[in-house]
Amino acid sequence: MSPIESPAVAAPRGAAPARPMWHVMLVRPETMTLALLVLGVLVASEISPYFLDIRYILKSFTLSAEFAIVALVLTMVIISGEIDLSPASNMALSACLFAYALQAGAPMPLAIGVGLLAGLAMGALNAFMIIGLQLPSIIVTIGTLTLYRGLAQVIAGDKSIRVPESFTGVDTALLLGVPVPVLIFMALSLALGLVLGATIFGRQIYLIGTNEIAARHAGVRSRRIKTFLFLAMGLVSAVAGLMTASRLGSVRYDLGIGGELQMVLMAMLGGTYIFGGRGTILGTFLAAWLLVIVTTGMIVADWLPAYQLCVLGVLLILSIVATNIIYSRTER
Amino acid sequence: MNRISRLLLRREAGILVMIALFCLAVGAVKPHFLTLDSLQIVLLLVPLTLMGAMGQMMVIVARHVDLSIGSILGLTAMASGMMFRYHPEVWWPLGFVLSIGIGALLGLANGAVVTFFRLPAIIVTLGTLNLYRGLTFIMSNAKQIDRQYVPVELKAMSQTSPIFGIPWIILMSFAVALATYYFVMHTRIGRQIYALGSNPVAAPLRGIDVTKVTLLVFTLSGALSGLAGIMYASRWGFVNPSNTGAGFEFQVIAAVVIGGVSINGGVGAVLGTALGVLLLGCVAAALPLLGIPGTTQNAIYGAVILAALLIDRLVRRQGQRGAAIRGAA
Repeated sequence: MSPIESPAVAAPRGAAPARPMWHVMLVRPETMTLALLVLGVLVASEISPYFLDIRYILKSFTLSAEFAIVALVLTMVIISGEIDLSPASNMALSACLFAYALQAGAPMPLAIGVGLLAGLAMGALNAFMIIGLQLPSIIVTIGTLTLYRGLAQVIAGDKSIRVPESFTGVDTALLLGVPVPVLIFMALSLALGLVLGATIFGRQIYLIGTNEIAARHAGVRSRRIKTFLFLAMGLVSAVAGLMTASRLGSVRYDLGIGGELQMVLMAMLGGTYIFGGRGTILGTFLAAWLLVIVTTGMIVADWLPAYQLCVLGVLLILSIVATNIIYSRTER
Repeated sequence: MNRISRLLLRREAGILVMIALFCLAVGAVKPHFLTLDSLQIVLLLVPLTLMGAMGQMMVIVARHVDLSIGSILGLTAMASGMMFRYHPEVWWPLGFVLSIGIGALLGLANGAVVTFFRLPAIIVTLGTLNLYRGLTFIMSNAKQIDRQYVPVELKAMSQTSPIFGIPWIILMSFAVALATYYFVMHTRIGRQIYALGSNPVAAPLRGIDVTKVTLLVFTLSGALSGLAGIMYASRWGFVNPSNTGAGFEFQVIAAVVIGGVSINGGVGAVLGTALGVLLLGCVAAALPLLGIPGTTQNAIYGAVILAALLIDRLVRRQGQRGAAIRGAA
């Protein structure tokens, strides 16, 4: 949905003076996220000394690592000017198909393949509707959000499907003392951060989000890039779905329900501009940690889940308001 | 103008044909479906969706979307339910005032954030969807309002009828649809919603107060969800903090888009939306008859949204309004 713009006053403008370096470095949403993160850790360690224990934080992170991994790719989708609300449902459907295949007697690698392929196919359906048919991603992914979750419900019914012991426990597995999901998240952050920040492909994503028509005239294959992003979104969601299945040891149709809030929140809190063209992986990376501190803090402080729902909802709105204000101050 | 009205006519005729074909197909398998009994069932399924859909239609015509209506329905139903439970001495129709009033306020809050900070409604209402649901839990202490607390007179509105054997709740939803028709077709501000949705840049230049119209559509959407909230208590006789209204938004959006309301704004009519609601009601009523488990409902709503988008796309391609004008929306 395009913002409603007031009529531009055609005043002749000279080149604006360049902003000083400290201004460029400091006045940006990621600074806000980092400040909030530091503040969060300080407040949380007042509540409970556990928060100064890195192992405790790492362990807590495994609970939202799946959403955080998806949020990294979602950041790129939002920078390109689109949105995807379906990944949480995608997680549920691919995990259900995976568990269903196992139950039907498929060997483990085949079942994993089924899950990942299903995720990719769901991403492809989104891409077809949004890029192929030029429909707005907002409403398409509201539709697929409902459809994918509904199909998961058709497959799994109201029962939960157990996954075999051998597949469980990705969250407790440690590598170099760090839980595997956290490692995956960090590795993906690094990789996507480099792709987005240091490659031509990454710069093209920003250009598409800033002005798609200009990008196309400049020879950027915007349709191909966006298709790729939605496919990546589908695949990563499926991986996240399988990781969740491994952590929980069973699969239900309501796996990850409402997760779109947390994913969008991570991207927004990290300073991704909702209208596209701005944002960084670093921001989302910091925001994921911030969110873990906040949610774990609320759990430790024994708040009801309902309060957490309220806090997350309010945070989402505050973060887009703040990000918008910061970006409007630093108009390019 | 003539071309557009013909296009709309075709769209609404199309939905009617779909409803007829669907009913005949189901009736061929289960003749029982074509009796007055099931008409009654269908009509009892639609009122809440119809109320929500009228509000959502105006929001989408104005080029926004409201995802929080299910949570508003839950919160307002809970507010009235708690009034019935803890203050049984209060005259029960005040529940309507309470629910509609709170609904309007919550909708106004959505609209205020969207318009004053110029934010996309989808993200704002995704936030308030969770916020309002959380508030519902907090104020109710996560406890359900059971049947015995809901006033008998209120529950009777879903069963007894003042005229022709049609229950109050159905008459009310039709009244809402008629009022919406009058409002969007015959009042200045109603037409302004369409003007704003057709071209948000041109609308303020023609003297339309964009802030006012935006606040109004969100407030109306909230108020109608509030009305749906109290009618939920009437229809089902209980209010549950987690179930009441959950997923309502998808059902309503599905009905609205199948009813021909364009997601690009500016296009949509009350009759089409009402027919969309009716079509979904027929589908929902047919499922148990055909022995299809209720767990398929969400998948069907999702498929309906996507199918409606495809139809919308085809219609637009034939019409004058090409995608090229919109550019990359």
